[in-house]
Order: sequence, then structure tokens, then C-alpha cells
Amino acid sequence: MELNNEVLLDIHRRMVRIRTFETEAGKLAEAGKIPGALHLYVGQEAVASGIMAHLSNEDWITSTHRGHGHLIAKGGEFGRMFAELFGRATGYCKGKGGSMHISNMDLGMLGANGIVGAGPPIAVGAAFSIKYRKTKNVAVTFFGDGASNEGSFHEAANMAALYKLPLLFVCENNGYGEYTAQANHQAIVDVADRAAGYGMPGVVVDGMDAVAVYEAADAAIARATAGDGPSLLECKTYRFFDHVGVRGMGLTYRTDEELAEWQKRDPIHIFEARLAELGVVSKEEAVKIHEDVLTEVQAGIEFAESSPLPDPATLLEDVYA
Amino acid sequence: MAEARELTYIAAVAEAAKTVLLEQENAFIAGEDVAGAGGVFGSYRGILEEFGDQRIVDTPISEEGIIGLGVGSAATGLRPIVDIMFMDFMGECMDEIANQMAKMRYMFGGSATLPITVITMSGGGMNMAAQHSQSLEAWICHLPGLKVVAPSTPYDVKGLIISASRDDNPVFVVLNKLSLGNRGPVPEESYTIPLGEAEVVREGSDVSIVTYSRMVGESMSAANTLSEKGIDAEVLDLRSLQPMDTAAIVTSVKKTQRVVVVHEAVRFGGLGGEIAAQIQEEAFDYLDAPIARVGAPFSPVPFSPVLEQAYIPNADRIVAEVDKLLNAA
Repeated sequence: MELNNEVLLDIHRRMVRIRTFETEAGKLAEAGKIPGALHLYVGQEAVASGIMAHLSNEDWITSTHRGHGHLIAKGGEFGRMFAELFGRATGYCKGKGGSMHISNMDLGMLGANGIVGAGPPIAVGAAFSIKYRKTKNVAVTFFGDGASNEGSFHEAANMAALYKLPLLFVCENNGYGEYTAQANHQAIVDVADRAAGYGMPGVVVDGMDAVAVYEAADAAIARATAGDGPSLLECKTYRFFDHVGVRGMGLTYRTDEELAEWQKRDPIHIFEARLAELGVVSKEEAVKIHEDVLTEVQAGIEFAESSPLPDPATLLEDVYA
Repeated sequence: MAEARELTYIAAVAEAAKTVLLEQENAFIAGEDVAGAGGVFGSYRGILEEFGDQRIVDTPISEEGIIGLGVGSAATGLRPIVDIMFMDFMGECMDEIANQMAKMRYMFGGSATLPITVITMSGGGMNMAAQHSQSLEAWICHLPGLKVVAPSTPYDVKGLIISASRDDNPVFVVLNKLSLGNRGPVPEESYTIPLGEAEVVREGSDVSIVTYSRMVGESMSAANTLSEKGIDAEVLDLRSLQPMDTAAIVTSVKKTQRVVVVHEAVRFGGLGGEIAAQIQEEAFDYLDAPIARVGAPFSPVPFSPVLEQAYIPNADRIVAEVDKLLNAA
């Protein structure tokens, strides 16, 4: 797909939607309005947006515990997403999944996942399904640097390459597996190196640059749909918040200086500078886009807050088909 | 009338699998050594030749990948039959079973449908030692979202596999490796056995033996021995373990007022405890004696044939337990 102005605007919109949703969700969590754990995607927006700009509802993705961004980029509605985070009956999972299991089958989103590394084997199944039906779709599995140490990733990578499945392994390397720095959890610098062990291409991508992500995905999708098999894209990125919750600064396991360095490369700022330079969106227009999205997010929060709680009578529904 | 055709327990697996592939265009089989080798037990012999390599797929030795293949392909519209060669290998894929397959529908608020059949093999008696002989059905019966069946005869093997494949939920078909050569009547046409329905395989009035899988045969032998002593035992084959036909168990207990629950699995924490609890909840006033349980002792399955023989429950042990029960009453 050609990277024209329409695509640039589309990617920008996806990133702003994620940033705004996550920022407001973080505030709500701090205000005690969201039960349970929240893993926010702020800082990593370029990855989901650059990939998802290529996909339709017939392309499947598996996500991670940090999954809101993937669902938003795949077309998730704010109202139904907030409703799920609030545990309301109108949520995407009727309040049965919450943040860590948020999903929407109609959008081709096979769920956030509370188990690190559980997504890749499921994505193998989705990609197998696409190949079985001989359509030109793809599956994409998002996972972190931490998950690349799980056996599930390795089994999935081997099987996907063996069967030449139309699958993209997208590693969001944010430098930390939970609270442990990459250097302390694996002896390699580039997760992309692991691709060689399975006979697929492994590419390191600047995960703060949505255009770089978009272009890398373009090549990987072309390879996948041509029947040549999977690729591994390692997107180097950073989460601006903590592993859980909002706090970014003052953490024991990483330095404020490191965070500040990465924030200089904020994916949305980089992208907006590029849009201004290309004359696609002026700074003023960008501000307007942010405001419009915030209004939409606020409407979503209102929808969620005014939505009914699940009826306890529904507790045992959906265990079986 | 012509005599009913007989098949072995293992041949019934292949016939059921072929039936499913013929009936459902979105069904396929995947697992270790299933295609080229036809399955290490011969469960899928002839299927590759008849159906081709799109419908039956050899996988790497990657159980987590295999279950993931099942979950992902089922959620996106296929109807996989995945084979886990020995149920002992569930340890390699328990996350995809317990946290993904069993829960995906519920976590997604009912929007995902997972029509997966998992075929696996349980049981000892073949000197395959501690890691290839276990009966771990209690692990999976404890997980809401899964169904579990454990056929005792070739007839039930075919009917339950076809039923499992038509069900829109993940269903484990727990086969028994020592039963593979058992012969029995199997109709050539397609048929189903409702999931969740037990079968009274021997009517009796003095004691109920509630059991499943290979222990049905041992229980029938025990019932024959008991009948020589003037004791009339009823044998109930559960066939489905999840959902379990509690009503059939209760009906039998109300009739005989004494019950022995028999399984090959380790007694402690086995399904026998759950069955006993359900009986006392629903039929306590009918019981004339404590509920007895026969199961394996609390030990890994041993290797040496003499040790293994001492380990696995058998007809003699069932008879002894019934004698104890009747003397206690």
C-alpha cells in the first residue's frame, strides 16, 4: 500500500486515538474508577498504528496484556472499550474480560492476553485458518521482548515458518520484561536475531517511527500473502508509563534520564513534525485533531459510566456455547 | 439378521476421524506423527492417503503450538481435531488448554466459539512408566469451558468422537491405550452419542459400580465374579466426565443404596471424590453404607511389570471393595 497523504492521516489518527484513550484511562484508574490492573500503551503507539493501517477486519491479530492500543488501532470503539474497563454489561466482553482480555471478534482482534507469550500459538492457528481458506489475509501476533523468552513464541515461530503461514511476528521491544531490563533477561540485543533460527527474515525497526513500522509491515505482508511465510519485525520502542498503571518517573528499575531520552522521540511528536514538514497537517490542525479525539473519548467515558452493570444472573452465561 | 460388524477400539478412532472429515469441510486433523505415520497408535491410518495433506497435518513436537493451532483455527472458523499423543504431555501445553482454550469464550463475553476436539491417550498397563501412563482427566474436568469424554468401547469411541466434533465447545476425548485392541460392534454409518449421558451397562440391585474408560471392563468382570457369590452389581459407564450425568448416578444409587466409584486415576483428588460428594449431596438418605472408592495409590505409575500390576486397579480390587461394603452394611 502506497504511503500517501490519506495513509499518513490515517496512521496519525490511530496514534492520537490510542494516546488520548490511554491517558484518560490512566486518570480514571488513578481516580479509582477502573477495577483491576491496567497496562497502558503510551509511548508505543507507532507500532500498533503502523501495522494496523494495513489491516482489515478479515485480518486477525493477537495482542498482549498491554492490549488497548492494538484494539483501538484495529477499530475499537471508545465507549465499548471503556465500558469493558469499567466492568459494564455494554463492554466488548460484557464485563467478563476487562482490560487484560479485551477483544472483538468482528474486528479480527483475538484478545488481549493475561499470559505473556500466549498469543503467538493462537496466531499460528488464525494464520493456518487463512491459509486453509486460501484468502489473501494475514495474521499478526504482537508480543514483547519478555515474551520472546517463552517457549510458546519459539514453538509458534517454528510452526509458522514450517507451514509458510501468512503471519507477522511483531515484537514490541520496550526494553523491559515487566520490571527487568532486557540486558538482564536475554543475552541478545536484537530479538530479530531469533528469526534466523526459524528460517524467516528478522528485521529491526524503529518502533517510534510509524512510517518505518508501516514500511516494514508492507514488505512482511507482501511476503506473507505471496505464500512465502512469516517474518519477524522487532520494533524498538519504549513505554512512557510503568508496567502497570501510570507513573513513569521515579521508578527503581529504570532512570528518569532514560525515560526523558525516549520521550524526545515521542512517536506522535515525530510524526506530527513530519506531517507539518510535508504540509499534510499543520500544527494548528493537529491540535484540532487531538481535541476532536478527546471529545470522542469523553463521550465514550460517559457512555461507559451510564451503562448498566452486568446482571449477576449472567455469571454462568458464555462458559459454554 | 447379519451379525454386527466389529472393529477394534483403535480402528474406531480412524473411522470416526474419516467420518468427521467427510461430514465437515472445515475439519482437519493435526498432531505429532498423525499424517505420514498414521499416528503412533495407528489412530489415523489411511487418512493422509484418502484426504490429502490439507486435511491431516504432521506437526513438530510442540504441544503448546498444537493446542494454539487448535484454538486459533477454531476461533477463526475451522473445526480442528488436534492430537496430544499421550495425555501426560498436557504439561507441555497446559497454558493453551487452561488459560486460552477453556476460557476464551467466557473472557470474550461469548463472542468466540471454539469447536475443538482434542484426542489424547491415557492409562497404564503397558510398562511405559511414570510419564506415559497417567490418567489425568481430573486436571481438565476442573476447568470450566472444557468438556471431557472417556469412551470404554469401540462403539462409544466412534460415537463420542463424532459428537465431540459436532459440538461447538472444546471437547477432550480421553482414549485408553490398553483398550486399543478391544473389539466390539461398530455401525458403519455415522452416529452420535449425546455428551453428558451415562449408560447402565449392567443392571443390578445390590450395589452400583460407577466408572468409566477401561475400568468399565474391569468392573464388568468384577460384577460377574460378584454374581457368582449372589451379589447383583449394577455397572454405570459415565462415558462423559464433563458434563457428568449426575442424575444417572443418583438414580442408580437410589436403586442399590450402595456405591463404589472406580477409576484408574490416583484416588486422592481424583473424580471419585467429586462423584462421592455429589452422591452425598443428592442421595445421602438413600445410602446404606459409606461411599467406597477404588483408584490408584498415591504414587507415580511404576515401570516394572510387577509393580505396575500392583498399582493399577483391577477386578479383584473392585470385588474386595464391594465385599467390604456389603459386610459393613
